[in-house]
Amino acid sequence: MYTFSNKLKTFSFILMILGALGVGYGFLTSHKSLEEVKTMLAEEASHHGGGHAEEATHAVADTHAEKGHEAAAHVTDAHHGDKHAKHVQHQIHNRPWSALYVAAFFFMMIALGILAFYAIQIASQAGWSPVLFRVMEGMTAYLLPGALIVVAIAMFSGDHIFVWMNENMTNPDHADYDKLVAGKSGWLNKTGFLIRALIFIGGWSLYRHFSRKFSIAQDTAEDKSNFKKSFRIAAGFLVFFIYTESMMSWDWIMSVDPHWFSTLFGWYVFASMFVSGITVLALITLYLKSKGQLEFVNENHLHDVAKFMFAFSIFWTYLWFSQFMLIWYSNIPEEVTYFVTRFQDYKLPFLGMVVMNFVFPILMLMNADYKRIPWFVVMAGLVILAGHYIDIFNMIMPATVGDRWFIGIPEISSVLLFAGLFIFIVFTALTKAPLLVKGYPFRKESEEFHY
Amino acid sequence: MEASKVIHAIYTDDDVLMSAVKKVKAEKHHIEEIYTPFPVHGLDKAMGLAPTRIAITAFMYGLVGLTVAIVMMNFIMIEDWPQNIGGKPSFSYIENMPAFVPIMFELTVFFAAHLMVITFYLRSRMWPFKEAENPDPRTTDDHFLMEIAVHGNENELESLLKETGAVEVNLVDKAH
Repeated sequence: MYTFSNKLKTFSFILMILGALGVGYGFLTSHKSLEEVKTMLAEEASHHGGGHAEEATHAVADTHAEKGHEAAAHVTDAHHGDKHAKHVQHQIHNRPWSALYVAAFFFMMIALGILAFYAIQIASQAGWSPVLFRVMEGMTAYLLPGALIVVAIAMFSGDHIFVWMNENMTNPDHADYDKLVAGKSGWLNKTGFLIRALIFIGGWSLYRHFSRKFSIAQDTAEDKSNFKKSFRIAAGFLVFFIYTESMMSWDWIMSVDPHWFSTLFGWYVFASMFVSGITVLALITLYLKSKGQLEFVNENHLHDVAKFMFAFSIFWTYLWFSQFMLIWYSNIPEEVTYFVTRFQDYKLPFLGMVVMNFVFPILMLMNADYKRIPWFVVMAGLVILAGHYIDIFNMIMPATVGDRWFIGIPEISSVLLFAGLFIFIVFTALTKAPLLVKGYPFRKESEEFHY
Repeated sequence: MEASKVIHAIYTDDDVLMSAVKKVKAEKHHIEEIYTPFPVHGLDKAMGLAPTRIAITAFMYGLVGLTVAIVMMNFIMIEDWPQNIGGKPSFSYIENMPAFVPIMFELTVFFAAHLMVITFYLRSRMWPFKEAENPDPRTTDDHFLMEIAVHGNENELESLLKETGAVEVNLVDKAH
């Protein structure tokens, strides 16, 4: 049995407290009145005229200069000033909400990705991975609380993240009326959103609950009936998962831009969650192994996990590029604005994540020998994880905060908060059962697995 | 000088062959060659063969293919005749790059795959009309053959090989 070391527990509490303080700070500082926003914009505009050379020495010179430039163009336009200031005020209000939502979704998707991976391992009767099942089961413990938090943030934030949650958008008599959003209100409405979310979470959690139950029952069982049951529900879950995951990505992510749609978006989000899940699996496995808890896991298992990290990084890139290139090539205005805003205001994160999620892993993890070296996999894994955080960041932020983005206190604290929660829940779950599945039919093969 | 006489030990089971290889290696005899009807997992390790470097060549061939694709399309589409085709930006390579990626990818794979296969053929000396070097046709069906050079120690070798489970041990004059 694994015991949650006090050091790690304290560490996770520190993360949560620091994160909560930072999130609170983010909300306190985001409440700016319209007057404050106007003075801020005027300052930025004058800043632009005066100190260009000074700014160049600043660490974030580029983004500052760009912001200043845009603000200047807008503010000089006198009758536009008020509307623009209101727009900016809204974006500033949105920032802590979006930061919280991005981080909550990021950690939820790690748990969901590994749940799908776990089901695939069982349904395909993989012979290498049973020694890692308990680590995967521990990680999926975060799914239920994590997904509920995501939905709670979405519902509480209202139109701070999802503009279509603003009731006035479907009211033809109101100034905020939006014909396109109103046309989609059959799907995009709060009640439907909540019901669908509960169905998704309910289905995933049920599978998680029963697969865990059968897995533990198989440890002491005399026959293989629990294994057979877990095989059957894994196959059923995978069908359910691929539908609900796709719809979840429309609801929870794509609808932040309710004017835009993409058909392969569900797959794209899936690739992101799958590769992040497998990367975290590698990191937790290596951590537990370094503590001497998983002596039956050897570098051959690590090699296979790293192969998945490598292959699904490429799969992610394939989908990212397919989505981007099809829209770039045909250049239809209603679709292409999505990438135009990302290219104008998010150049560094948008292109940087391709380097972190593709170029880096393909070069680092191509060599078979490197995939067997723990510190190498950890380094590559941390870069991949950071890259996929930025991926989610790029999906949400341009729609909510626009060019007012920055990875500062609200964003980093939100990550810390959920990282602490994730560590606490996952490692608590790991203490609940032995770290090696006992009665699983492929256990022996997995223990002796070598590549 | 190559040994003109060799011993052919024939086995009928790959497990027996593996243990025989380990025993012969332990006795410090040099194994010239082993003929098997199918890949025997771990045989190269037991024989102490150096790992293959063909994956490294494939990586480099891939880089060549990528370079060929970039240079070719940069010359044709950007430098030589930068036409406006459907409004695609042909001012610089990077601006029009997404349209070139499918070709960059395919040429990378094409070069890596084909040149690696040709490298494999060259290094393992395989080509059409090549005369087969098979010492015993049974080794393509269900027999395993180990070839060891003889330096006047045929009796000692013969008894060692018999001990390892060989079903047949033949002293062969190798015509050079």
